[in-house]
Amino acid sequence: MNNLEFTALVGAGAFGAGFLGALTGLGGGVVLVPLLTLLFHVDIRYAVGASLVSVIATSSGAAAAYVREGFSNIRIGMFLEIATTLGALFGAFLAVVVSTKSIGLVFGGMLLYSAYLSTRPHKDTYTDDEPDPLATKLKMNGVYPSLTGPREYHVHRVPLGFGLMFGAGALSGLLGIGSGAVKVLALDQAMRIPFKVSTTTSNFMIGVTAAASAGVYLSRGYIDPAMSMPVMLGVLAGSLLGAKFLVKTETRKLRFVFAAVIALLGVEMLYQAASGKI
Amino acid sequence: MNCETNRVQTGTGWTDEKTEALVGQLLRWGVTCAAVIVMAGAAVYLVRHGLQPANYRVFGGEPSDLREWRGIIHEALHGRGRAIIQFGLLVLLLTPVARVLFAAFAFVMERDWFYFGVSIFVFLVLFYSMAGSGL
Repeated sequence: MNNLEFTALVGAGAFGAGFLGALTGLGGGVVLVPLLTLLFHVDIRYAVGASLVSVIATSSGAAAAYVREGFSNIRIGMFLEIATTLGALFGAFLAVVVSTKSIGLVFGGMLLYSAYLSTRPHKDTYTDDEPDPLATKLKMNGVYPSLTGPREYHVHRVPLGFGLMFGAGALSGLLGIGSGAVKVLALDQAMRIPFKVSTTTSNFMIGVTAAASAGVYLSRGYIDPAMSMPVMLGVLAGSLLGAKFLVKTETRKLRFVFAAVIALLGVEMLYQAASGKI
Repeated sequence: MNCETNRVQTGTGWTDEKTEALVGQLLRWGVTCAAVIVMAGAAVYLVRHGLQPANYRVFGGEPSDLREWRGIIHEALHGRGRAIIQFGLLVLLLTPVARVLFAAFAFVMERDWFYFGVSIFVFLVLFYSMAGSGL
């Protein structure tokens, strides 16, 4: 395979990953690294570096669209970024010292977990209750637009959310993924923020988190320009197109199919890593 | 309910909505610039090296002049395709940094010193991460 063919094939794969990732809300990064390592036999460290770059591109590229909806909460995002960026630095340094085999094993586990999470329904609204004193002090409570007009929401369990975010950051730095699944879990389940607010706030955080580890990857020589180029351009184009289709398409079935693909990739990743091929 | 929400306007009339709209524009421009530079570098690279065999199976690490910004800019100015791509990726990497700095500025406009401090802390972490690449 020459460079031209490699660029075209990886670009097409990245486009598909970005498109399905945006359409299903599961993100493209999680299938990119398995695609590059299992199908194109790319060293997992190059794959993770390229994936981080594409995560930043989609997060920043989608921001304008999210802003229009007016759901994201900058204060929650910025406060939790303390945890995600420190976690991302930790994860990036971890990636340097651990073997590619262990990265593969953790990645396989993460894929299975993402697939499991995506099949579970989420609660859209919470019956409101007493505001949490710490969250109130940090001015995290907010209002979001709903069908019945503006709705207030209260944020809970800030320390637990903060801790989970450190973990999300570390996974992002180690595996090169946005770890939106863990971020939404922390915002949605732990801090009990309405789902729409948590997904958009998570997008706000994903780019900053990925930038924290991408700096380390760049200076270690893990970001190869010729390899990252088709990945970045493909994922960006795919996710922008996917976001356009999002409003018109019924995504429940598609989400299920994509979750099945992620689960299969997880099993394959675990097998390949366990048998020492990664 | 008398709980404080962050959509409340402050003395300067600066609102979170205004910040978010500006940030959205800023990021879109950053990503567009980065993508155009990457495509330009890709064209140069593929014209020169398109027919050479691709091999990413073995991890070699990038040469030192593609790891830090001085080397990247120097090589890019000499028209090396891979360096031009890397420069585009560098621009992309800086978009979230710009976002954090812009948020810090907006918190100053809102006279919210606590969140100004939070933003500066996050900026310093990003700065530390990129310091390795000489930025």
